[in-house]
Amino acid sequence: MNVAKRTFDAVIVGAGGAGLRAALQLSESGLKTAVLTKVFPTRSHTVAAQGGVAASLGNTTEDNWHWHMYDTVKGSDWLGDQDAIEFMCRKANEVVVELEHYGMPFDRTDNGKIYQRPFGGHSQNYGQAPVSRSCAAADRTGHAMLHALYQRNVRANTQFFVEWMALDLIRDADGDVLGVTAIEMETGEVCIFHAKATIFATGGAGRIFHSSTNAFINTGDGLGMAARAGIPLEDMEFWQFHPTGVFGAGVLITEGVRGEGGILRNASGERFMERYAPNLKDLASRDVVSRSMVTEINEGRGCGPDKDHVLLDITHLSPETIMKRLPGIREISIQFAGVDPIKAPIPVVPTAHYQMGGIPTNYKGQVVAPKDGNPNAPISGFYAAGECACASVHGANRLGTNSLLDLLVFGKSAGESVVEDFQSGDLSLKPLPADAADVSLARLARLEGQKNGESVFEVGLEMRRTMQKHAGVFRFDNLLKEGVARIKEVAERSRRTEIKDKSKVWNTARTEALELDNLIEVAKATMVSAEARKESRGAHVRDDSPDTAEFPNGRKDNEWLKHTLWYSEGNRLDYKPVTMKPLSQDVEPIALAKRTY
Amino acid sequence: MNKRTVKLKMYRYDPDKDDKPYMQDYTLELEPSDKKLLDALVRLKSQDDTLSFRRSCREGVCGSDAMNINGKNGLACLTDIDGLPQPIVLRPLPGLPVIRDLIVDMTQFFKQYHSIKPYLINDNPLPERERLQSPEEREELNGLYECILCACCSTSCPSFWWNPDKFVGPAGLLAAYRFLADTRDEATSERLDNLEDPYRLFRCHSIMNCVDVCPKSLNPTRAIGKIKDMMVSRAV
Repeated sequence: MNVAKRTFDAVIVGAGGAGLRAALQLSESGLKTAVLTKVFPTRSHTVAAQGGVAASLGNTTEDNWHWHMYDTVKGSDWLGDQDAIEFMCRKANEVVVELEHYGMPFDRTDNGKIYQRPFGGHSQNYGQAPVSRSCAAADRTGHAMLHALYQRNVRANTQFFVEWMALDLIRDADGDVLGVTAIEMETGEVCIFHAKATIFATGGAGRIFHSSTNAFINTGDGLGMAARAGIPLEDMEFWQFHPTGVFGAGVLITEGVRGEGGILRNASGERFMERYAPNLKDLASRDVVSRSMVTEINEGRGCGPDKDHVLLDITHLSPETIMKRLPGIREISIQFAGVDPIKAPIPVVPTAHYQMGGIPTNYKGQVVAPKDGNPNAPISGFYAAGECACASVHGANRLGTNSLLDLLVFGKSAGESVVEDFQSGDLSLKPLPADAADVSLARLARLEGQKNGESVFEVGLEMRRTMQKHAGVFRFDNLLKEGVARIKEVAERSRRTEIKDKSKVWNTARTEALELDNLIEVAKATMVSAEARKESRGAHVRDDSPDTAEFPNGRKDNEWLKHTLWYSEGNRLDYKPVTMKPLSQDVEPIALAKRTY
Repeated sequence: MNKRTVKLKMYRYDPDKDDKPYMQDYTLELEPSDKKLLDALVRLKSQDDTLSFRRSCREGVCGSDAMNINGKNGLACLTDIDGLPQPIVLRPLPGLPVIRDLIVDMTQFFKQYHSIKPYLINDNPLPERERLQSPEEREELNGLYECILCACCSTSCPSFWWNPDKFVGPAGLLAAYRFLADTRDEATSERLDNLEDPYRLFRCHSIMNCVDVCPKSLNPTRAIGKIKDMMVSRAV
C-alpha cells in the first residue's frame, strides 16, 4: 500500500512540557521540525501539575544545587544515575529563569523574585530542615508552564501536527531510528514522518492503573512504540503513588498543600506522619508518606465508615492563604470531594501518579541500549525526554517538583543534542526501508477486520484492575507471580480487540484500541520487572524484603543496585549498572546510606 | 440499592456515513462512581464505541471536553449529573463547524487566539536572573492567565457567531489583556494597534454570555472593558 510521506530534519512526538521545550530549541535553531501531538498542546498532561518546579534559587531560604542533588539521590533510593542528577540540579536555575523570561506568571516574593515553597523530600544542608525550593504559580504551575511554553513556540513558529497520533517507530536494519508512522485523527490518513532525528516526549502511562491521577491520554504511547521496536524499557517496576489523590475520584491534590502547612490525620485526628518521619513529617518523600498512609488504613486507623482513607487538613490555615496559594485545590476539593477545605479536611488516598522508569536515555537525552558490551550505547537518531524517558534522575522514587524540572532540563538537552548532532554531521537522512509502514498498516488492518473479538473497554478494565491489585503500594511475592500470569493473559486478549466504529473520521474507538496496545506493553514491563526485583527500594516495597540491620529499608545493594531493562520480546530481562559517579569533579559521589526522613 | 439511570439526547453526525446530523436517545444505567457528566459519557462509550467526543484530564484544566449541555456551554468533567434536567441534551459547541458528533473544528478559535500574539514581548537584554515583579503587579494577572482555551466563552458569544473571522472573541481578548496587564511586556501600543478596528475588539457588546459560561469563573467582559479603557486613555 502506498503511504504518504513527509520529510523533516526532526520530528518530536508529544507536545507537553518536554516536547514543547525541545521544540523550542529546534525551531529557534532553524531546524525543520514537526511536532506531532494527539491533543492540542495545551491539553497535554503537564497542564495538571500543580505545586511547582524545583530550582535552588534560594529566594526565601538558603539553598544550593549540592543540597538539591543530595536530596534527589537520596529520594531515588540511590537508583538514580548521579551524572544525570548532577546535570539536572545544576541546570535548574537556568531553565526556570528562562521560563520566567518567556513570560511564565510565577508568584512573587515581597522583593519581586520567584515565589518558592517547601516540598516533600527537599531539604537544607543534607536533610536537616525543609527548604523552599519549589518555584510556583499558585497551585497551577503546570498550567502556567505549559501555556508559557506553547506561547513561546507560537512566537518561534513551530510547526504542529495537532491531533495526529504516532503509531510506530521506524528503524532500519542497523537499528537506527528514521522517524515514525502516524495517523491523522480527523481523516484516518496514515503518513510516514521521515526525519534525521526523532524525539519522544510522549509522557507517562498512569492509565495502566485503575485509580490514577493521570489524564485519559496518558497511555504510554512512546513506551509502547519503543518496546515494539525492540528497545528496552528501564526500571518500569517503579511507580509513584501520590499520597494525596482525592478519595474516590483520583484527582490530584498537590503536595504543595502540605508545603503550605497541610497535615495528614487518621481517624483519631492524629498527625501520624510524626511517627514515621520524625524530622520532615508530612513532607517526607512520597513513597514514605504513601506507605505510612496505607499502613494506617491497613491497621484500622483509616477514616470514614469503611476506614479506607485519611484526611488532609488545612483548616488551620487562614482562608486568605488558601485562596491565594491554593485556589485550584479548593476548586478541586469542592468539585470532586464535596468539601470546602477552608472548613473541613479533604479525604485522600494514595493514587498512581508517575512512572519513574521509561525509555533509557543518557543525560543528553540520547536513547541508549546495550550493544557490543556497552550498556549505554546511543541509538542513532533517537532521543527522549520527560516522563517517557528514564535518564535516570528519579531512580526508585521521584521527589515532587522534580518532574517539571526533568522535562525542562531534558527537553532542552535533547533539543540541544539534536542540534549538535545535526551540525556535526552525525545525523543524516537514511533511506527508508521498503516496509517502513508495514507494522502500522498491519495493526490497523487487524483492527479493521477483527470479528468476534474482545471489547477494548473490558480488556482495559481487566488490565487496570490487575495492575491495581497486583502491583500496588505494597507488593507481595505471590501476588506479583500471579500478576505476571494474569497480565500475560490480558495481553493475549488485547491482540483480538474489536471495534464497532469503522469510520475514517475522528474514530476515537480506534484511538483507544491503539492506546491499549501501548498500555499493555507498559503493564507487562511493570509486572515482570517488579516480580523479578527481590528487594525493597523506593516505591517498590516487598513484604519479603523488610527493613533489617543487614538490609536497611529492605534494600539489597549487593545484588540489586542496578537498573532493570525489560524487552517486550519474550518478556526478557537484563540489567545494567547504576552510575554512581557524578558528572564533574565538583562533587563527591553520594554514598549509600539508610534512608530516613 | 436502586440503580440510577439517566436519559440523554445526543447530537450525532459521522460524515463518513450520515447525510445529515440527527439526535439519538440513550438511557444509561450509572454506577455509583459516576458523578460527572463525563463519567456518564465514558460509560456510554463503553457500550457504543461510535460515540465521539474529546476528553483528557477529567478535572477541568485541559479544556478538552467543552460541549453544549442542555443549551449552555460547559465542561462535561465539571458538570454534576445529579441535578441536570433530563433528558440531558448534548450538542457540539455552537458556531464552529462540526467534524463529528461532539467534536468541532476549532481552527478559527485558535486562529483568533494566535492573532493577538499570545506571548510575552520584551526585547530588552535579558537579566541573568528572573525579571522582578512585585506581588501586586503579579496579582494583575490573576483571573487572566488561568484560561484553559476550552472555547466555552467564544462559542457562546453572538458577536463571535456572526464574525468569527473578524472578531477576536472573549478568549482571545482575555489573553490579549493578560499580556497588556503584564508589567514585563513592552508591546502595549503594538497590541492596542492590533485590536483597533471596528471588529477585533469593538464587536463586544457586553452581552456577557462569556462570563456566564466560563468553567474557570473568569471574566472576559471585564478584561475587554479594560482594553477599551486603555484605547480611550491613549487617544486622549
